[in-house]
Amino acid sequence: MQSLFHIQRRPDRSALSSIGLVLGALALAIVAGGVFILLMGQNPLEVYAQIVRGAFVGSVRNPLSAIQSTVIIFVPLLTVSLGLSLAFKMRFWNIGGEGQMLCGAIFATYFALYHSDWPQGVLLVVMFLAGVLGGGLYGLIPALFKIKWGVNETLFTLMMNYIALYTIEYLQGGPWQRTPGFASIGSFDENVALPKVGGVHVGWILALALMAVLAVYMRRSKQGYEVSVVGESQATAKYAGMNVKWVILRTMFLSGAICGVAGMVQIAGSDFTLSTGLTGNVGFSGITVAWLAQLNPLGIGVISALFSILEKGGRTIPINVMSADASDVLQGILLFVFLGAEFFRRYKITFTPPKKTRKEEEAA
Amino acid sequence: MDMFLKFLTAAIVSATPLLFATLGEIISERAGCLNLGVEGMMWMGAFAGFYAGLRTGSVVLSLVAAFGVAALCAAIYAFLTISLRANQNVTGLTLTTFGIGLSLVLGNAMTQANGGTPSLPTAFTDKLAALSHLLPAGAAAQQSSIVQFLLSFYPLTLAAIVLCIAAAVFYKKTRTGLAIRATGENPAAADAAGVNVSVSKYLSVILGGGICGVGGAFMSLIVANGLWNPSGIVGGVGWIAVALVIFVRWKPLLAVGGALVFGAFQTMRYFIPNAVLALPVAFYQMLPFLLTLVVLVATSVRKKSQTGEPGAIGVNYFREER
Repeated sequence: MQSLFHIQRRPDRSALSSIGLVLGALALAIVAGGVFILLMGQNPLEVYAQIVRGAFVGSVRNPLSAIQSTVIIFVPLLTVSLGLSLAFKMRFWNIGGEGQMLCGAIFATYFALYHSDWPQGVLLVVMFLAGVLGGGLYGLIPALFKIKWGVNETLFTLMMNYIALYTIEYLQGGPWQRTPGFASIGSFDENVALPKVGGVHVGWILALALMAVLAVYMRRSKQGYEVSVVGESQATAKYAGMNVKWVILRTMFLSGAICGVAGMVQIAGSDFTLSTGLTGNVGFSGITVAWLAQLNPLGIGVISALFSILEKGGRTIPINVMSADASDVLQGILLFVFLGAEFFRRYKITFTPPKKTRKEEEAA
Repeated sequence: MDMFLKFLTAAIVSATPLLFATLGEIISERAGCLNLGVEGMMWMGAFAGFYAGLRTGSVVLSLVAAFGVAALCAAIYAFLTISLRANQNVTGLTLTTFGIGLSLVLGNAMTQANGGTPSLPTAFTDKLAALSHLLPAGAAAQQSSIVQFLLSFYPLTLAAIVLCIAAAVFYKKTRTGLAIRATGENPAAADAAGVNVSVSKYLSVILGGGICGVGGAFMSLIVANGLWNPSGIVGGVGWIAVALVIFVRWKPLLAVGGALVFGAFQTMRYFIPNAVLALPVAFYQMLPFLLTLVVLVATSVRKKSQTGEPGAIGVNYFREER
């Protein structure tokens, strides 16, 4: 039997048609999300309006409070997504953003607990470097195993997340426990606090700066070029004389280090304690953000912002209307639609014209 | 029963959902589809099984709902990765976010409609309870401890073990099983040999997802004592299952033993007195993941052919791009 259609790779779509596809997918996602809300017995327009209102409109006393909370969600998501995108560009499946973030936070917490008497500037810089080192080393481990024995990095980094997580649980109930019988390390000294700019800790400037730096690094630098060549084909990279193993190690250190910084910023800017919940799952959602943005730093910024709005706005939906987890469902729907739309960007379907019958051929 | 048998009983209970999830994921991965949505599918199965049980009171409908809804979730994954060629890691993770979110939203709606935490009637849960419930009340306590131990099995546990044996026979002894393994190992070769790669992958992913869903239902119906308590239903079992698949080297029969070992880790800390061995709780929780890492590395150091890892795992197959 002849198949009804076949699938062809399409040459790159024009910018205009790509934008059209994105807008079309967005519209489809909004409609599909609306159907979900409708099925839950609620008015989609009201719920959507509530999400936007909840993300932007603060209280009467502090009109900026909502935006500030949205930004606080945005900072770790953007930072971790950027870090992960670096590894993904190399086709290294770093699913370990959670663990790298936690490990960076653990390293930084050591100084927050035992050297809180240092001058604030020095302490914060040291904590920052500790975050870089903790996350970087944690990212380096799977890379080492990958280049030495070819250990599957997806599964390796996934397992390492839990090792970091339970290490924190151990620290909370063990050596770093504040009060006996209560598994918590308590609040940091007041000295441990990132300065605020515009009512939000300075992490947002850091994250935006990182976005700009990475955009240049990926497009303009030799190292960034090496990352994409290794990602495209290790054989090509070797043939071109690149030290593939070194590129993998360096990139994974950077990828982990950026996640580690996100962990440090989270504890020193927002949480002021070390807990397993500090990641807010961004190690996982960052993967989807980076992928959705096709690893483009600017796109990562836009999508992180969108997800943060969904998350913050979702939390303001009253519980008798819908659980705040509805934002996860909407996020999932959005991702499903975009994952599907990606296909239509890369391929086109051609329908095979029905075979002419003999009569028609004779007539022609 | 003596202490050891009690420990074993507890280990088997926590091993059962793991076994379902692990078998489901093995079936999916054997066809080359690394579905990281196990946790999400388990949550959906947990909710669907609970809700159907609450509304109909029928065990069969409850399990069918759990299987069906999770299989439907797996079908989304299958459509996106197999037909639309989306990235497997990202799609699977999205499925987890989506599944957990949706089951919590629906669970909340169920709780609101119920005017409080819904609980399943004992008439319902008894039908799924341990075999000892088949005997008249008090009869089980008079048996010898070995018999008591055997009576402490849940019917679903036995079903999971039977399914694993069936899967092992299917993959080893049947032509269809061989064909499916081939699609996970080398889809181009399977395609050339006349295997319909897409159908084989679709069926594997959907069947595997449904089985994960039954594992989730075991947690909401039995482990959670018939109460819908969103904070403690699936809680990471799906991720442990992803680890366990590696630990048992993609072999359904080994999964039975592997699940028992991991189940033992989860319950061990309640049975080892602190006076004997005072290890932090976190250590026991970390152990499954640590051991999986060791196994992952150890098998990678050996030859690839011995790891059991399907050759084309995580890689989508496009005939046009061979």
